[in-house]
Amino acid sequence: MSLRPLTAPWFHGPAGHEKIWLGCAILWCFVMSLMMPYWHFRGKQNSTGEAYSVKPADFLARTEKFVAANRVGTFKGPASNPMLGDLPLVEPPAGGDAYLVGRMWQWYPALRLRLGETYRLHMSALDLQHGFSLQPLNMNFQVLPGYDHVLTITPTSKGEFTIVCNEFCGVGHSNMSGKIFVE
Amino acid sequence: MSSPSHSLADPGTPGRKCGTTGLGVCLDAQRFIKLNAVCGIVFLLLGGIAALLLALTRWQTIHLLPVDWFYRILTFHGINMLILWILFFEVAILYFACTTPLNARLFSRKVAWVSFGMMLTGAVMVDYIILAGQADVMMTSYLPLVAHPLFYLGIILVAVGTLVAVFNYFATLYVAKRDKSYTGSVPIVTFGATAAAIIAVVTLLHGAVVMVPTFTYSMGWTPQPDPAWYRLIWWGLGHQSQQVNVCAMVSVWYLLTHIVLGSRPINEAVCRTAFVLYILFINLASAHHLLVDPGVGATWKIWNTSYAMYLAVLASMVHGFTVPAGAEIAMREKGYTSGIFGWVTALPWKNPAFSGTALSLVIFGFLGGITGVTLGTQQINIIAHNTLRIPGHFHVTVVGGTSLAFMALAYYVIPLIFQRDFIFRGVARVQPWIFGIGITLLSFGMSFAGSMGVSRRSWDIDAQGVYGPAAHLWLGVLGIGGVLAFLGLLIFVLLCVGTLFFGPKIQDRAMADWGTPPALAGSSPGSLAHDHYATKGTMVLTLVFLACFAVYYFANWKALADVWPVR
Repeated sequence: MSLRPLTAPWFHGPAGHEKIWLGCAILWCFVMSLMMPYWHFRGKQNSTGEAYSVKPADFLARTEKFVAANRVGTFKGPASNPMLGDLPLVEPPAGGDAYLVGRMWQWYPALRLRLGETYRLHMSALDLQHGFSLQPLNMNFQVLPGYDHVLTITPTSKGEFTIVCNEFCGVGHSNMSGKIFVE
Repeated sequence: MSSPSHSLADPGTPGRKCGTTGLGVCLDAQRFIKLNAVCGIVFLLLGGIAALLLALTRWQTIHLLPVDWFYRILTFHGINMLILWILFFEVAILYFACTTPLNARLFSRKVAWVSFGMMLTGAVMVDYIILAGQADVMMTSYLPLVAHPLFYLGIILVAVGTLVAVFNYFATLYVAKRDKSYTGSVPIVTFGATAAAIIAVVTLLHGAVVMVPTFTYSMGWTPQPDPAWYRLIWWGLGHQSQQVNVCAMVSVWYLLTHIVLGSRPINEAVCRTAFVLYILFINLASAHHLLVDPGVGATWKIWNTSYAMYLAVLASMVHGFTVPAGAEIAMREKGYTSGIFGWVTALPWKNPAFSGTALSLVIFGFLGGITGVTLGTQQINIIAHNTLRIPGHFHVTVVGGTSLAFMALAYYVIPLIFQRDFIFRGVARVQPWIFGIGITLLSFGMSFAGSMGVSRRSWDIDAQGVYGPAAHLWLGVLGIGGVLAFLGLLIFVLLCVGTLFFGPKIQDRAMADWGTPPALAGSSPGSLAHDHYATKGTMVLTLVFLACFAVYYFANWKALADVWPVR
């Protein structure tokens, strides 16, 4: 009985249907536990959390240096989103480092990447926490101030991609945007 | 000092005998169950009004609130629903679980007043400062976002007040044992509530560790804590508190299936072990909020997700079997033996406490559980983190699961503790269905919009120019579900409040029956106690569940495999 204290001995092991279900459940939990290490070695999409400590001002200085060295043009922000404005369009060397700053309320600068090349994408925030959300692919990573979060990433589809911010960062949050072009 | 006995069996102890169940009710506990439940329901209404405004804003066609009020109301909604409504109602459940089932008197009225006073003061403080526009930081208040110090102080007060109530709970368990108010082992409801109380202590200590330095920072006394550190410890509060809810909810499932159907746990040892698994293995599961964070490595993420989480998942899968199995056994013993599912159709679906429990179990398991484990898988989190898939998941665990179970419980708490029969009983019978269907629709809207990349906690999706008609359609489904769920919530609150004022009084008689399945000819109570193969229907249902789980889980791995390689 569920509401009165138990006086008769109540300890006995699982049996019958209950035992069958327990077996199924344990097996399934085991499968799920093994999927993650399996994917870490065999799968191609993992979040390793590679990160380095960095002061926001230093990260901005590195980004500006990266922009000055690799700028290839200007991305004109759409009229529908005045908060974004114009961004420098920057093409990092194939296999090299790229920098992306998250700040209220834009992802700076716009990037041009080459299909099938692998880049080390450094991301950090200057003010609040931001969320890197690459659309329409729907890949999402957290970006924190003080942390240089490095993604080793390989674009495998061509086109224009939008970086949305998906961590709340004040009233301009829903307008916070950025661009990645893959050619 | 001669302390009076805390056993209700002793003369002079302030108690009464319940006219319906014949069980002893401690009058001190009764008063604080009433106070806490009423406060909980008031905060439920406040959070519910906020929910309606939010749903009508994210429904992009209506887009009701202006941007600043959207984030303000979103903060208000999270705090009122996840912290205030749930904690006040859980304290009421704790006061019940340590007194009536053990025939015991509450340890201390004074301690209960202190707890209640602190919780209510803190709650009013937090709500005031949010509505004053001084704390637009979301419930998580991630640093470096900073709110008015009263916001943190209010949360600390609510947390400490809850800890004081938990102390009263453990003290009552102690004096009940000392004064021999009961013999034998505590019943499963008290056992589950104790598990919830233990996890609550761990949870609230995390809260203290993270909130106190954040409060002193907001006062300008100490430097800013590290944002990544804040996330790690905050989720020790944020996630574990949900495990308190799960424990309380599962205890309510056992309680209500017992009250309505007369079911008993099919195996006390297994059910109790499952509660222990919650305590032991949930602590690290807060890691699944940090699965795409910088600074914590893949090994840390994988270990803390699977090792800890899947044993807690196992515990839920055990309860997901034993609760319906207990019901099946009880029904078969009453004589509902036809076929595999004859007992299901004979269940009292018009009894709101039962339909609420059953919907809670199905919504929590099939929707909340499956999505939660899948989204909390380390790599799959890449295609889910901070999208609407996340609230799509937790609205079917903590709302469709916990809140609905607590609503179901109220259909017995109000007649038995407040001693008034419900008004408009016909309306009450459909309330759990309206709420359950609404919240399910809401969750589907959120989950599918989230799969299309729509982010959570965002006022608008049109400025980005990347979301098409399908995403807008699912946000419309979110809106309609939200309106329906709000309607169910409003009916619930009006019924409860109306009953407290106008419900027919119950003195020394049984409460009006909501409907329980009568024993048929050929019923034989206890006859299946040793038949371990009598739960065919439950076996089929749980295997269907496992199949759904596997399909959803591997479909998500497939979706993940389609995005860019990243490490």
